Amino acid sequence: MNPRRRQRLIIIVVLVALAGIAIGLTLYSLRANMNLFYSPTRISAGEASVGRSLRAGGVVRDDSVQRDQQTLDVTFTVTDFEEDVPVHYRGILPDLFREGQGVVIVGTLDERGWIEASEVLAKHDENYMPPEVDGALKAAEARRATPSDTAAVAERRTSGTP
Amino acid sequence: MWPIIHKLGSPKWFYTMSGRWLPFLWGSGTILVVLGSLWGLAFAPPDYQQGDSFRILYVHVPAAILAQSCFALMAMCSLIFLVWRIKLADMVAGAAAPFGAAMTFGALFSGAVWGVPTWGTWWVWDARLTSMLLMLFLYLGIMALRGAFASRDGGARAAAILTLVGVINLPIIKYSVVWWNTLHQGATFSLTEKPAMPASMWLPLLLMVIGFYLLFAAVTVARTRNEIIRRQPTARWVRALVQGGRHGL
Repeated sequence: MNPRRRQRLIIIVVLVALAGIAIGLTLYSLRANMNLFYSPTRISAGEASVGRSLRAGGVVRDDSVQRDQQTLDVTFTVTDFEEDVPVHYRGILPDLFREGQGVVIVGTLDERGWIEASEVLAKHDENYMPPEVDGALKAAEARRATPSDTAAVAERRTSGTP
Repeated sequence: MWPIIHKLGSPKWFYTMSGRWLPFLWGSGTILVVLGSLWGLAFAPPDYQQGDSFRILYVHVPAAILAQSCFALMAMCSLIFLVWRIKLADMVAGAAAPFGAAMTFGALFSGAVWGVPTWGTWWVWDARLTSMLLMLFLYLGIMALRGAFASRDGGARAAAILTLVGVINLPIIKYSVVWWNTLHQGATFSLTEKPAMPASMWLPLLLMVIGFYLLFAAVTVARTRNEIIRRQPTARWVRALVQGGRHGL
């Protein structure tokens, strides 16, 4: 390679590398703020401040959703399978909201440790399948499931969500 | 090796050769996109959770892939232009930019339309969405910078440098869903693992992605040909071409 071209190539590589390092360091120092939500474990550890707006993410615990028959009030528990956080919400839930589904909740934490949600977002996982395949999988699970491994089935169904 | 590179970098050779590829690119790209759309929108099975709204994927995913591929192509062309001063590379980079910007906008817009029914919101400042928005601004910035200089060469160099710096955003987009908690889900497809969807769903998507690539190639080649003529209207072969055209060739 002739010297002028080599010099230009070196200048460009150095420029891009320096810019990459600068951006990498910025993202690294902002890593706590780059996360969209707090996990229930971090909320239980007291990392989220009470009364301030926050986002929490996790999976809706099975059998925890309770709807008020008269109003749009709904309560449920969000879990990361280590810690649980109870949530209260009044409003219309997205289509994908259901037990065992990953969700992101925008709201405030109160002194009792409840989250008063102003917005509930459903997180979708990366798996797609036709309804009949899902039905067949569920039927197979039900046939196999014994009381001892029900938890493992629930775990598997929600894997892929945080 | 050098004679081949110089031949590849010659606008005249490119113009002649690409004239033969162009009908094939337009034709096959259109056919694949039409087939993929029909298959994906009408015949692929619905998703077990999202129902029919998952079909937005057949536009969203190809647009997002093309937006990033286009940026990678522009970065390669910019490097070739800056180091080897091959003008054709700069013409290709300039020709590809508007298509990439349109694809980025298409991915963001279709994602927003998809987000309303499934997530419950059309926008959230998570790492994936924000880095995609940054790429849209990079595209617009590159196009504006190219036109902001009095001399064409100055604008071309500035745009090339911005493109090469902006390429750092590509791995950030790709790995944003791995490095940080995001509302956007992780990748469904990877080179090493089985796709997380059945063939009846990903086959039409594959047609769409290949079709989008072919149409991208067609648009970029056609725009590069126009740029070649625009930059050297007095070259002897261009004049011969125009006179040949007048005589009905």
